Amino acid sequence: MPKRKSGEPRAVGAGTSTVSRRSFLVSAGTVGIVGAVDAADVTGQSRAADPPGTADRRGTVALMLRINGKEHRLRVDPRTTLLDCLRETVALTGTKKGCDHGQCGACTVHVNGRRVNSCLSLAVMHDGESITTIEGLGTPEALHPMQAAFVACDAYQCGYCTSGQIMSAVALLKEPCGSDDADVKELMSGNICRCGAYQNIVTAVQQVRRTA
Amino acid sequence: MHTFEFIRPKNPAQAIAAAAKAKTAQQGADIRFLAGGTTLIDLMKLNVETPAQLIDINRLGLDKIEATPGGGLKIGATVRNSDLAHHPTVRRDYSVLSQAILSGASAQLRNMATTAGNLLQRTRCVYFRDTTMPCNKREAGTGCSAITGTNRTLAILGASEQCIATNPSDMCVALATLEATIHVQGRKGSRTVPFADFHLLPGNTPQRETMLEPGDLVTHVTLPPPVAGSRQVYLKLRDRVSYEFALASAAVVLSAAGGNVTRARIALGGVGTKPWRSPEAEAVLVGQAASDSTFRKAAEAALRDAKPQSENAFKVELAKRCLTHALRMATAA
Repeated sequence: MPKRKSGEPRAVGAGTSTVSRRSFLVSAGTVGIVGAVDAADVTGQSRAADPPGTADRRGTVALMLRINGKEHRLRVDPRTTLLDCLRETVALTGTKKGCDHGQCGACTVHVNGRRVNSCLSLAVMHDGESITTIEGLGTPEALHPMQAAFVACDAYQCGYCTSGQIMSAVALLKEPCGSDDADVKELMSGNICRCGAYQNIVTAVQQVRRTA
Repeated sequence: MHTFEFIRPKNPAQAIAAAAKAKTAQQGADIRFLAGGTTLIDLMKLNVETPAQLIDINRLGLDKIEATPGGGLKIGATVRNSDLAHHPTVRRDYSVLSQAILSGASAQLRNMATTAGNLLQRTRCVYFRDTTMPCNKREAGTGCSAITGTNRTLAILGASEQCIATNPSDMCVALATLEATIHVQGRKGSRTVPFADFHLLPGNTPQRETMLEPGDLVTHVTLPPPVAGSRQVYLKLRDRVSYEFALASAAVVLSAAGGNVTRARIALGGVGTKPWRSPEAEAVLVGQAASDSTFRKAAEAALRDAKPQSENAFKVELAKRCLTHALRMATAA
């Protein structure tokens, strides 16, 4: 199927014979959300939020996020977390929802170059800021060195935590960090891997650090 | 999560005026300041906090670390924990603070969490976080589920019959030993609060955790000039080696001369209902030989009033050994 640039709206119903399971689910989910809660990738005027109990269709707020280098003018319910905004409004589903309480790290993205848990941050807090997600790191044809190292070192099994692990690992390279495996483990401790691929994750991070 | 109005004030005065309309600045506040969000948004998802208005204080210029004229350090309310922990002055002169912050949470959370937010960090007591269970801290008068329930990680110092919730902060334990001052701006102007007076014991009002009133905005924290020659240690013991709250921790700022302790500032974490400064341990240490037997006596004094719950008697001895070992580390050659 034709490649879609990160963050571009997806055509729904077009070329169903070549739509993968993943892109179908993403498209269907996005349309569903837009219809249901009035969160959309559109340009609009800011309105004051409504008091509790009023309908979701009103009370959305406008914001601009620069996601992977591209400006997105959005309207979201103020309750929308950065994570839900990326996944449901902008349809960038590479960032994963694990615990949704800042305990697992699957939702890790970079805000202005620093790694954060996108599940514990409201999208509206980041108006005008730059967000980098896993989709902004590399492409299948030109992987980021950390993505390539994760593949080479077999640093995942099911893959659900992997985008968060890689976003953390890339940020770690720019942070004060000692050279030992123990230092890497400490600074990667906010990313849980239920498959237990930790040893290979450390190997991948160290491989990139040595060649960086 | 309940709906709320998102407000972004242009300056602290606007933020204070907006927040002053709140009925309370304590548990269940109808208006909340929003900084990093790592505690508040978590609790809003659980419906433990249900503010009708959120006032974003992230763009008020309160994110600076500056030297004070008197030789101390001024730390803005929205300085991120990671920036504070890695600041060269903090690493050099207030290393107990750097160590404490870096022992808490994860790198991602430290990039979000702020000075003032960490001061106001909420307990991890499972009953506080579960709106289906009675909890005097979350809903006054409903009872304490923890006293007869799961209480392994809860407080052994400073508890009451109404609440045994532990204060989970590491940063605050270090600030207690550094004798920080908290600067608050409110409806009636600015005032300063000694760190020891900022957090309240639960007593009969566990829903009141600090001295803050509606409209009060913590603008910054100041540290006095560093104590020349002092040794500083933060030691944290927990169920796993990283990314976990303390079962017991100890912050030590110690000066010694000729083998004797000349000055000591001691605080414990993970065991108290507030960051637990121990003047009892300090009194035992000063003027005595820096030896294991002195350290053990200090630890005994620090835990003399400990009252363990059904599942956490082990924390009494754990806290003693934690403090003893921290003192040993602070005096090691």
